[in-house]
Amino acid sequence: MTNPTPSAFSLPLRIKLAMYMRLLAVQGSWNYETLMGTGIGFAMEPALRCLPGGLNGPAYRAALARESRYFNAHPYLAGVAVGALTRAELDGVDPVRIERFRTALAGPLGSVGDRLVWASWLPFCSLIALCVYGAGGSPLEVVGTFLLLYNLGHFSLRAWGLQVGLSRGLNVASALGNPILRRGPQYIGSAAALVSGLALPLALQRVVGPGRVLAGGIIVAALIGILLLARLRERAEGWRIALGVLAIFVLYSVLT
Amino acid sequence: MNLLEALPIAMLGALLGLDVVSFPQAMVSRPIVAATLAGAFIGHPPAGLLIGVVLELIALDTLPFGASRYPEWGSAGVVGGALFAAQPPGAPGALPASLLAALLTASISGWSMVVLRRTIATRLERTRDSIEMGSRDALMGLHLSGMTLDLLRGALVTTLGMIVFSSLVRAIVAVWGSDSAPSRAVVVVVAAIVAGGALWKVFHSVRHVLWFFLGGLVVSMVLMATT
Repeated sequence: MTNPTPSAFSLPLRIKLAMYMRLLAVQGSWNYETLMGTGIGFAMEPALRCLPGGLNGPAYRAALARESRYFNAHPYLAGVAVGALTRAELDGVDPVRIERFRTALAGPLGSVGDRLVWASWLPFCSLIALCVYGAGGSPLEVVGTFLLLYNLGHFSLRAWGLQVGLSRGLNVASALGNPILRRGPQYIGSAAALVSGLALPLALQRVVGPGRVLAGGIIVAALIGILLLARLRERAEGWRIALGVLAIFVLYSVLT
Repeated sequence: MNLLEALPIAMLGALLGLDVVSFPQAMVSRPIVAATLAGAFIGHPPAGLLIGVVLELIALDTLPFGASRYPEWGSAGVVGGALFAAQPPGAPGALPASLLAALLTASISGWSMVVLRRTIATRLERTRDSIEMGSRDALMGLHLSGMTLDLLRGALVTTLGMIVFSSLVRAIVAVWGSDSAPSRAVVVVVAAIVAGGALWKVFHSVRHVLWFFLGGLVVSMVLMATT
């Protein structure tokens, strides 16, 4: 007599914790062939041991192979896929359906995560840290504010993704309509614009040091430069321009 | 700087280089954190924070979207922070020279990430059959070796950066010809332009973005005028 496959709902806490910890390393073997695919298999592996036959049984091996193929998503939302695919495997869903679901899920998880995290939350948290610096914060205050604020969102998002994936299985797509995911970037963007107006001058003034005239001149020069760079939009990589200008300035200052 | 002196900084660079992509992406690799930690290692965290702020402004231009190629700021932040914190306080050329070294390190380190990803793909090719058979050992081996290689990559880039640039930065600072205020002003203007352009690129589609920005700007001007 074989033990019934445990539902994802009844997965022991230690397995869920192991999956969560492994999700933090989901990009550990990121490569140009399977992108995040092997990481997805790595994160699901503790739960797949619950399949009939246990560790290294035929069901385990087939599922591990299937889940380690090509996949891409935003790393923080990979938990949604890992949870949903785990639930599907443990519920014995047809492998063809699982494969189709995998393909359909990758795109939305990438674009939603990119907009919410890389294009909103990360720059917002950076600007808050710059604001704390501009307000005279100590190294510990600046770094502490950034890490606490950023990771409050980061670790919560990963935990939410895994939980919602495990609980909804193949019906997880509706979770991507969550208001935070849909409208979050707009609200965070507005807040970031406000904070950038506050943070940039204050931070720049502190870096330059005393001297109101110099600080004023820098802000005016920066605003003109920003307008020029904004016109170039996607055609220019700002950091490369910075590298070139700095190299010329260092050369000039050494030779004169 | 010899190999032994660079070792603690290399270990920090390794850990923060790992954070960029592999584990745990908690953004301890952001330059504002990495440079401050490196400054603390040298015994001068405020100096690390100062160059970290400038690097953070520039790093806003390269957010890690999808599979795009971007400079790696973790190891670069460590190199920049350690180099700047090691210079005599108030030396006019210290900030521009250390910043240039950090940007070059970021560029080289970004390239090293591409090499790493290709190396992992090659290793995957060798173990593909085993992974397709559902071998746990093959998958774990690939994944853990990928993370180990990333750790070594960060250590190597940081060590090389420190060894190459520490003497170079010291030499530049010794013969620096520009005054302190303009030197710092050039750095700040460049960083501000890059940051402003980057933020515009990211947030230009947000409704009423200019009004929000101007609102913040007015508040900051009032604060600057009254303090």
